Amino acid sequence: MKLSFSAEDEQFRGEIATWLEQNLCGEFEQLRGRGGPGDEHMYPDERKAWERKLAEGGWTCIGWPQEYGGRGASIEQQVVFHEEYARAGGPGRMGHIGEGLTGPTLIAFGSEEQKQRFLPGILAGTEFWCQGYSEPSAGSDLANVKTKAHFDETAGQWLINGQKVWTSNAHESEYCFVIARTDPESVGHKGLGFFLLAMDQPGIDVRPIEQLTGTSEFNEVFFDDAHCSAQDIVGAPGEGWKVAMGLLGFERGVSTLGQQMLFQNELDEIIRVAKLNGAATDPVIRQRIADAHVGLRIMRFNSMRTLSGGGDDGTLQKEAMIYKLYWSTWHRNLGKLAMDVLGPESEVLEAGPYELNRLQSMYLFTRADTIYGGTNQIQRNIIAERALGMPREPRG
Amino acid sequence: MDFTFTEEQLMIRDTAEAFLAEVSTSAAVRAAMATELGYDAELWQKICDEMFWQAIHIPEEYGGMGLGYVELVAMLEQMGRYLLCSPFYSTVCLGVNSLLIAGTPEQKAEYLPRIIEGATATLAYTGSNGRWDAEAVTATYVRSGDEYVLNGSWRYVPDGHSAQLLVVAAREEGSSGTSGITLFIVPADSQGITREWLPTMDQTRKQAQIVMADAVMAPESVMNEPGNAWQLLERIIGLATVAVAAEQVGGAQQALDITVAYTQERVQFGRVIAGYQAIKHKAADMMVKVEAGRSAAYYAACVADETLRGGSLASELGDAASVAKAWCSDAFFFNAGCGIQLHGGVGFTWEYDIQLYFKRAKSSETFLGTGAWHRDSIAASLLD
Ligand SMILES: Cc1cc2nc3c(=O)[nH]c(=O)nc-3n(C[C@H](O)[C@H](O)[C@H](O)COP(=O)(O)OP(=O)(O)OC[C@H]3O[C@@H](n4cnc5c(N)ncnc54)[C@H](O)[C@@H]3O)c2cc1C
Repeated sequence: MKLSFSAEDEQFRGEIATWLEQNLCGEFEQLRGRGGPGDEHMYPDERKAWERKLAEGGWTCIGWPQEYGGRGASIEQQVVFHEEYARAGGPGRMGHIGEGLTGPTLIAFGSEEQKQRFLPGILAGTEFWCQGYSEPSAGSDLANVKTKAHFDETAGQWLINGQKVWTSNAHESEYCFVIARTDPESVGHKGLGFFLLAMDQPGIDVRPIEQLTGTSEFNEVFFDDAHCSAQDIVGAPGEGWKVAMGLLGFERGVSTLGQQMLFQNELDEIIRVAKLNGAATDPVIRQRIADAHVGLRIMRFNSMRTLSGGGDDGTLQKEAMIYKLYWSTWHRNLGKLAMDVLGPESEVLEAGPYELNRLQSMYLFTRADTIYGGTNQIQRNIIAERALGMPREPRG
Repeated sequence: MDFTFTEEQLMIRDTAEAFLAEVSTSAAVRAAMATELGYDAELWQKICDEMFWQAIHIPEEYGGMGLGYVELVAMLEQMGRYLLCSPFYSTVCLGVNSLLIAGTPEQKAEYLPRIIEGATATLAYTGSNGRWDAEAVTATYVRSGDEYVLNGSWRYVPDGHSAQLLVVAAREEGSSGTSGITLFIVPADSQGITREWLPTMDQTRKQAQIVMADAVMAPESVMNEPGNAWQLLERIIGLATVAVAAEQVGGAQQALDITVAYTQERVQFGRVIAGYQAIKHKAADMMVKVEAGRSAAYYAACVADETLRGGSLASELGDAASVAKAWCSDAFFFNAGCGIQLHGGVGFTWEYDIQLYFKRAKSSETFLGTGAWHRDSIAASLLD
């Protein structure tokens, strides 16, 4: 076991840290620490400008292969990048869906023409993407999508009809990848297609959904004969599920250590408040703060095992499977702890009508952590079935 | 960065697992735990002669294998998994660690080779006040010339009734807290020492009470830093704590595995109970507990290794040991408790092994501090 990064990785760390120090300033200074989970509605235009700045420095898509404009950075280097980015207070990445999901999907499954057309805009920080998976009747049961794709022979293009929901940043995006049914008779994961749609067209209507935070980061998206050109389907009609699932597999955990740095900032803030307002003398609060510390340390060790690749016997990555359930549960508990440390002051807003302070916003947003990206219940099903070999859920 | 076992470490773990699966069967554990000694002396000698486990992290200059704490932890995990009844924990994780941290060169040269030959050892520092910090040391000494005269008692001493060598902590009469503490190493049959086996709920790990009445310690018995040994003892306790956490990971894993296996066979309402979501989700939670515990124990093992060999992680020992012990204690108890529940009525019988894990979970949780105890100490470092 070796717990430190190599000298080259440390040099890389210095490089990114220096670049951030020299560039995350001036007009971008106000973005430090902003736009993360729960704060995503803040400064969208400024954060897009920041994406272009990152791109100029060659700091977008660093994990992509060099032939597609990335740096071909190793897993370790990507981890280091995310750590330094978080340490510097880099703003929430507007480009993360394109960089983390669309790009790797196109590189793996896309046509040469699709790569040529879509990858440069993601790299340059000029084109943003959203994820059109969930629908009113397809949440945890994602394969139950009803949105339909019909190939219009005369026009030579696909027509999309239906509705997506909970689509984060749809209102800020140039493109959306959409799973839709190419075979109207099909059910479940057969007969689906994976489409790349331009958002700016008459057939698409984006309506914001107000979240319990009072802000709107996600949307309903309605498709009424929305156009998608014949070459903008990834994989063949009917193979959409394979592409959609492949996409979900690209999360390699490289951003987890960076994410944990943000969690550490939150915990530090809670500790600061507890010392200030006397909560730090309450024995129950003390136990809970220590428990949060224990949980966060172990989250880091879990990530280190995952990033080191494979279970210790080289088989199934059990520690990777527990990650989502582990961090979301930890973070949800932290949100509650933050409010309990604040005491009665936790109720009082920053300002009316509904301006939350940082801890309040974190607290409320943690209730989404255990839902999006596969709910805690779905995570438990996956762990029980894939890691422990228990019987699969009966399906209706 | 490579937070995985090396080929060699994997081999050590796999060899330990294969050996233990053969010798530490349910029947063997039950036979050993029913005795006052608590282990099969022949098996222990075989472990010492053939497996050489007792020598694992003793430096080569004393005839040991000179391996590190990660290797030790890899083995301890398997011992916890198979509930091995042996004086390994007391001898290696308490005795050897005490000598490595606090032994004088002469003491190391004298006692480490004896341990390699199969001598057993333990550490006694806790009195009856149920604490695990410096306040736990209640036995006292007065100096008389070169010698020290000890009076007092120690409780909850692992294998204290059978160990051949004792490392004991006592404090100068009138001292308190972290000051005035001295460590001694003596043969257990020395004059003035009486030892009594304490029958325990967890029969797989024996405990004893040790009493000294005017026991005279010669100068050769005095370990490093007399009168000021708390910082050494604290490090020994840290290392021993990491070792318990490693055993707990193995126990928590086995509690999960035997439980899942049982639910895959037991049929109710026309199907195996493993198919019910209430059972699957509980099993998933158990897996999260044990995998997280494993990460914590392995990290703590790296820290412990640098504590013994030198390295920048050494300064993290207190935190890493507490993080691991807090989590693994709660995880093992959770898994064993859920294990009984998911077994139904048979989980409540003497016959099924899950009860053995349930009892070990509790005894190992208490020993060297519960989760709450360790969280308290973490809270002090974060908040005070
Ligand atoms: C903040 C936020 C952002 C999001 N962003 C996007 C986005 O950008 N793009 C996108 O496509 N989607 C997005 N989502 C949607 C998200 O992926 C879904 O909400 C999630 O998959 C759950 O689906 P659902 O909301 O329909 O809940 P349901 O599936 O209806 O679940 C309701 C409850 O039933 C439980 N449940 C369901 N099935 C089972 C089962 N088999 N066993 C046990 N329990 C079960 C669930 O755990 C949950 O507790 C976002 C969601 C949130 C909250």
